[in-house]
Amino acid sequence: MSAFLTVNQLKAGYADRLVLSGLSLEVQPGELLGVIGPNGCGKSTLIKAVSGVLKPRSGQVLLEGRDLLRMKAEERARLVGVVAQNPSLPPAFTAAEVVMFGRTPHLKAFQQEGPDDWCIVQQAMEAAACWDMAGRPVGELSGGERQRVLFALALAQQPRLLLLDEPTTYLDINYQVGMMDIAAEWLRAGLTRGVLAIFHDLNLAAQYCNRLALLSKGQLLALGNPHEVLTTENILQAYGASVLVAPHPGNGLPTTFILPGNHSTHLPR
Amino acid sequence: MNKLEQAKDYSPSVKAARKQSSSDSSFLILRSSSLFSTYRRRLALIGLSLLVLAVVLVGCVTFGSVAVPFGTTLKIVWNHTFGLIWSLPVDYTTGSDTIIWQIRLPRLCLAACVGAGLAGAGTLYQGLFRNPLADPYLVGVAQGAALGAVSAIVLPLPAFIIGAGAVQWGAFIGAIIAVGLVYNLARVGGEIRTATLLLAGVAIGSLGAAMTTLLTYLHNDKLATIYGWLLGGFNAAGGWDNVGMIVPYLTIGIVLSVATGRRLNVLQMGEEQAAQLGVNVALLKPLLIIAATLMAAAAVSVSGLIGFVGLVVPHLVRMLTGQDYRLLLPLSLIWGGIFMVMCDAFARTMISPAELPVSIITAFLGGPFFIYIMRRKKKVQE
Repeated sequence: MSAFLTVNQLKAGYADRLVLSGLSLEVQPGELLGVIGPNGCGKSTLIKAVSGVLKPRSGQVLLEGRDLLRMKAEERARLVGVVAQNPSLPPAFTAAEVVMFGRTPHLKAFQQEGPDDWCIVQQAMEAAACWDMAGRPVGELSGGERQRVLFALALAQQPRLLLLDEPTTYLDINYQVGMMDIAAEWLRAGLTRGVLAIFHDLNLAAQYCNRLALLSKGQLLALGNPHEVLTTENILQAYGASVLVAPHPGNGLPTTFILPGNHSTHLPR
Repeated sequence: MNKLEQAKDYSPSVKAARKQSSSDSSFLILRSSSLFSTYRRRLALIGLSLLVLAVVLVGCVTFGSVAVPFGTTLKIVWNHTFGLIWSLPVDYTTGSDTIIWQIRLPRLCLAACVGAGLAGAGTLYQGLFRNPLADPYLVGVAQGAALGAVSAIVLPLPAFIIGAGAVQWGAFIGAIIAVGLVYNLARVGGEIRTATLLLAGVAIGSLGAAMTTLLTYLHNDKLATIYGWLLGGFNAAGGWDNVGMIVPYLTIGIVLSVATGRRLNVLQMGEEQAAQLGVNVALLKPLLIIAATLMAAAAVSVSGLIGFVGLVVPHLVRMLTGQDYRLLLPLSLIWGGIFMVMCDAFARTMISPAELPVSIITAFLGGPFFIYIMRRKKKVQE
């Protein structure tokens, strides 16, 4: 019961394909848990199942002891915010209006947004460093700006749990660091109580997460601190690629180096 | 206390950001330069549009082949509406009374309701399918209605059923059946996929059109009646009865559009994202499809096939006021009404005493105007 988020024996998939075959993991209060794994291992399916977009076949998802899967979408959206990979943004809406969408689960059908909601939107946009683009139509924003608006949108939901689905894909390194710094800072400041983040980039994951979960074929292959998880054996087994892992010269955290020509001939599914 | 401070702190920075933003996105006065589309601004624009509608209605009711003075018109309308409470002296002929109350006014109201229904349905379909080409006829409404109406025309029905509006009811039922079929075809595992829905709409639509053509071919003695209905218009309109037929469905559409505007906005981010923001997509989608279909079917059943309004009015409003459905829906309803009333006024006066089919006017007037707005918007954006 002490865990913040508990995923228990989760089985989920699509029409004819089971992607997650009984996954269990926990996020501790105040933790940023990184989820890594090759394409098709079930990372995104995990996010979809926890956020209620995909109905799991069996298993449990508990947030602070409350069953997320048995909640109404609206109630769940007050507890769980998602920064999706690349959602479409309605181009004519201003950035502030899009962030205001985050207030949807908190407003009743006929209720108008009030000054309270405007304050929350402003704070969210300031926390995501995008308040200066509040009045611009989102159709005009660059990739990095869009991503910051999406972060602000998730924060305006005031979620207990924040889910990040490869939040830094398509971004330059400066924005990658910026986005992850924002998420880490929110956790420190208590704006959100726990973060479950999917990473494509193993080095970014190692730098920002105290614990990593390595998924392979819908199951947990390794769970622990970056030193325990990011080993050449684990990476070879999960991804099928031979790599070198060496300590980061600045802080000693494990850093992965690719070796050209060293991929398995049978690429994992 | 803390909230108050925040609120105070909020206003100047909003103003600053507003100033910043107003320079890049203010090509039209109507386009909001504020950060949030506010309730007050929406009410003001809706009020203004209603005023325009009222002016257009009053203007058109006085305007016609037989001159009735404006004061007399107002008196007639007063006596028929508030006359029971306090009636004005009848210093006009029964002829004027009939022209205004039995002929002109019901026709104007019908035109306004039909325009509103088509434009409202078009806005809903475009928002739901996130497709700018969606219109009321996309999901089989038109073809279903045509088949229903033509069936009612060619079937040897007893006179009293025809008198009770068999053609209108045939069109209405035909439209609902067609959309029902399309909708059920598009349901895959309890979920409605937009692409499947559009494809099913095309398939059912073609089937309906083929059957209509077959019926028309087999009954070419009734060709004129059939063609007249298909062309669309209000000349054969049956007084206040037709208005009564469409108003309940229009009301459903108006209530829903007010209740779901914000959710429809969020849906523009995609269904998955909307679900993550707490929108019950599985409920919202069918609800809005039903609402849009009822509005479109009711409009088509009393007016025949009038194209263009449902596609273009929502786009015109969107270009002028932006994408917020809480404003877009009510304004499309109102401006759809205004547009249709004006088109009908042209239709009955251009080659007076004869009348043109109103569907010709909607395209002739709407097309160039639409192109003008589109060009102008493009220039501003460049």
